[in-house]
Amino acid sequence: MFRNLCLIIFIALAGLTGCSAPDSSDTLSISGPFEPISLDPARSGYIFSRMQVIETLVDIDNKGQLKPGLATRWEHSKDNRVWTFYLRPNVVFHDQSAMNADAVVNSLNIAFSKPAPYPQDLVEAVTALNESTVQITLSRPYRPFASLLTNYTTAILSPASYNESQEITKLSGTGPYQVEEFQPPHRVGVTKFQNYWGEPAHVSKVVYTTGHRAETRALMVASGQTDIVYNLDAASVDLLKVSKKAKVDSTLIPRTILIKVNASYPALADVKVRQALSLAIDRQGIATKILRVEDIEANQLFGPSMGVWHDATLPPAEQDVKRANALLDEAGWLQDDSGIRHKNGSPLKLNMITYANRAELIVIATALQNQWAQIGVDLRVHMENASAIPSGHADGTLQLALMARNFANIPDPLGIMLADFTSTEGGDWGPMGWQNPSVFSALSALPLVQDKKAYASQVQNIMHQINADLPVIPVVFYMQQSAVAPRVENFSFDPYERSFRLSDITLKPAS
Amino acid sequence: MAWSVGTLTFVLVRTLPGDMAYKIAASRYGDDAVSTASAAAVRAELGLDSPAWQQYFHWLSNLITLDLGDSLVSGAPVVQELQHQLGYTLLLAVCAMLVSVIIAFPLGILSGARPSSAVDNSIMVGSTFVRAQPVFSLGLLLIFLFAMELNWLPVAGFGEPRHLILPALTLGLSLAAISNRIIRSSTINVLHSAYYQFARIKGMSRFSTFCRHGIRNILLPVIAFMGIQLIGLIEGVIMVESVFAWPGIGHGLSHAVFARDIPMLQGAALVFGLMFVALNTLIDVCCARLDPRGVRQ
Repeated sequence: MFRNLCLIIFIALAGLTGCSAPDSSDTLSISGPFEPISLDPARSGYIFSRMQVIETLVDIDNKGQLKPGLATRWEHSKDNRVWTFYLRPNVVFHDQSAMNADAVVNSLNIAFSKPAPYPQDLVEAVTALNESTVQITLSRPYRPFASLLTNYTTAILSPASYNESQEITKLSGTGPYQVEEFQPPHRVGVTKFQNYWGEPAHVSKVVYTTGHRAETRALMVASGQTDIVYNLDAASVDLLKVSKKAKVDSTLIPRTILIKVNASYPALADVKVRQALSLAIDRQGIATKILRVEDIEANQLFGPSMGVWHDATLPPAEQDVKRANALLDEAGWLQDDSGIRHKNGSPLKLNMITYANRAELIVIATALQNQWAQIGVDLRVHMENASAIPSGHADGTLQLALMARNFANIPDPLGIMLADFTSTEGGDWGPMGWQNPSVFSALSALPLVQDKKAYASQVQNIMHQINADLPVIPVVFYMQQSAVAPRVENFSFDPYERSFRLSDITLKPAS
Repeated sequence: MAWSVGTLTFVLVRTLPGDMAYKIAASRYGDDAVSTASAAAVRAELGLDSPAWQQYFHWLSNLITLDLGDSLVSGAPVVQELQHQLGYTLLLAVCAMLVSVIIAFPLGILSGARPSSAVDNSIMVGSTFVRAQPVFSLGLLLIFLFAMELNWLPVAGFGEPRHLILPALTLGLSLAAISNRIIRSSTINVLHSAYYQFARIKGMSRFSTFCRHGIRNILLPVIAFMGIQLIGLIEGVIMVESVFAWPGIGHGLSHAVFARDIPMLQGAALVFGLMFVALNTLIDVCCARLDPRGVRQ
């Protein structure tokens, strides 16, 4: 009876809207939370890079090692100021024009004039030495420069992509897929580019649809409507693990959920307080109960995929409320009858901001609120826009911020460390008001170290000091979860989130 | 109207907490790339340091020439973005209204014809249940039923007619849950009125009495109520568009608030305002046509 009633309503509505039955398409359908708002790589390059429309001079492998992209090799002067890139031959843009040094110079000059996650004044000049060689001169020595050129904002576009005002009117890159349809901010349709320089794509058409909510995306793949969905929330992962229509892929990525600390704020200036806050965190509980993932507790800033910057010998981070209480006592913060700690008449009240775009952050923040209450800390949590973090850093009002810091924007951590950990100014998404002259000078000298062993040893020494001094408090490493339909073969997740690796994918024929 | 809506939007957005340049930078470049440097670049590019009155008069002079400006986030002309989004929202709103009419009228009349009967009570319980659900939750329930269990419809998306069914049904059901109760009350009033009883006593059949003296009189308060319901429709559209990944103006509007995208907000509010005026005028015209007594006086 009920089923029949549903059928009647369905038929009525189908007639109303001219419904067609779902087709068994050979189009790969994918969905994620990213909203492509523009064709400009500076604004929406992260989606066009993931869709393999645009490519950069330098590429990166799963372990963060640089590898040739549109440049087959590169070299630099001894002082790391002059960099020469040798371009890959026989590469054509989607508009069929050839990729040569002039096109690369034009593209990079425009890219370097726009906001990007690296210092704006770094590049002094980009010149074409000949048809296939480009030289970039920097304003100062910069050892991790090649890794900057993996960032999507430096993608190489055809000269015909730009109008006279250097705005992008037609996105013509060099990737295995070209843009066929663009409906900002909800859909990008791409088709296979026949003249791609590398291994051609297998699936001829891919459509990306923005799925605003994680719940909706999970249901899209569980119902068989979509082949791959990215960025699942923990609750949806549970649902999909029991579904036969999708497999969950979990990949550890170079992103850490951490607490940014304003070390110039009186209550947080004492390292004992920061250590107590860190010891009071039940990381295992957060990992297994909130994020539903095992073994991602962060005992240091960088995760296991970050090469020498990760110290595998460090013991796991375990909650120790007793030790945390002892440290606060030592620091002079004493508990009163209400359970809140006080020092010189002031209560240990802290404000923490976090943001809504990553749904798990607010849940983790409320867990921290509870865990820190056990050691007498009164934590207030404020939901904000992500921009409140750099804004609070700039005006000095921020006390604590819970955030998911992306370390893949510039794959060589040296770039991030030089920007964030070499002065008391810190970084928008890094430390704030933290002083450690020994780390500052050791880091500043690091780019000059040529010997690999010495370099690794100095990195370990620096990270040891940072992990002890806690200018930021790591909570958990980030596990990216995606769901994939059974008909999709050769799926893999790029931990550096630069590519959806669509060109590797094949689709099983419908049985 | 355009001036008042635009001015109010401008004042409200300027009084929201937080630095506009940072909010715009976050929407433009994404959470991972928002920084003081990108916010400074946005501030310089958009002249956000100039006094608010200068920005306001710049907008006002553009409005006089029918130029709504460019989105601060995407850089595309606001008119272009609104055209794209408004088409989808209107399609969804019209279909939702149709669905609500198709559902609410038979149920309301059935309830009104037999008040306090088992049918009336069941419809009342059903309506209360549907109305008690937030639109978001109702949408998820329908997704579970039609997309997951029965596998008849897609969960979300757009581009094909079948993508429209679930969002339209969600909104339509939510609207019908109230309007069927108004139709019921109106039906009871009309069926118990002296003129209706007189028509029956003078020997007209049940059917022709209903057609000649019932429908028009029942419709009057219902159509007026549907005008008021448009406000609820807009509220529901924002949530439904988000759940079903529908590319409409409601979703665009909510993102413009987060991004402090003043030109988009002013444009969207302006379009909403004009739509309200146009639809309310349409409702008034319909009511006047149905009940010409006021016109004669």
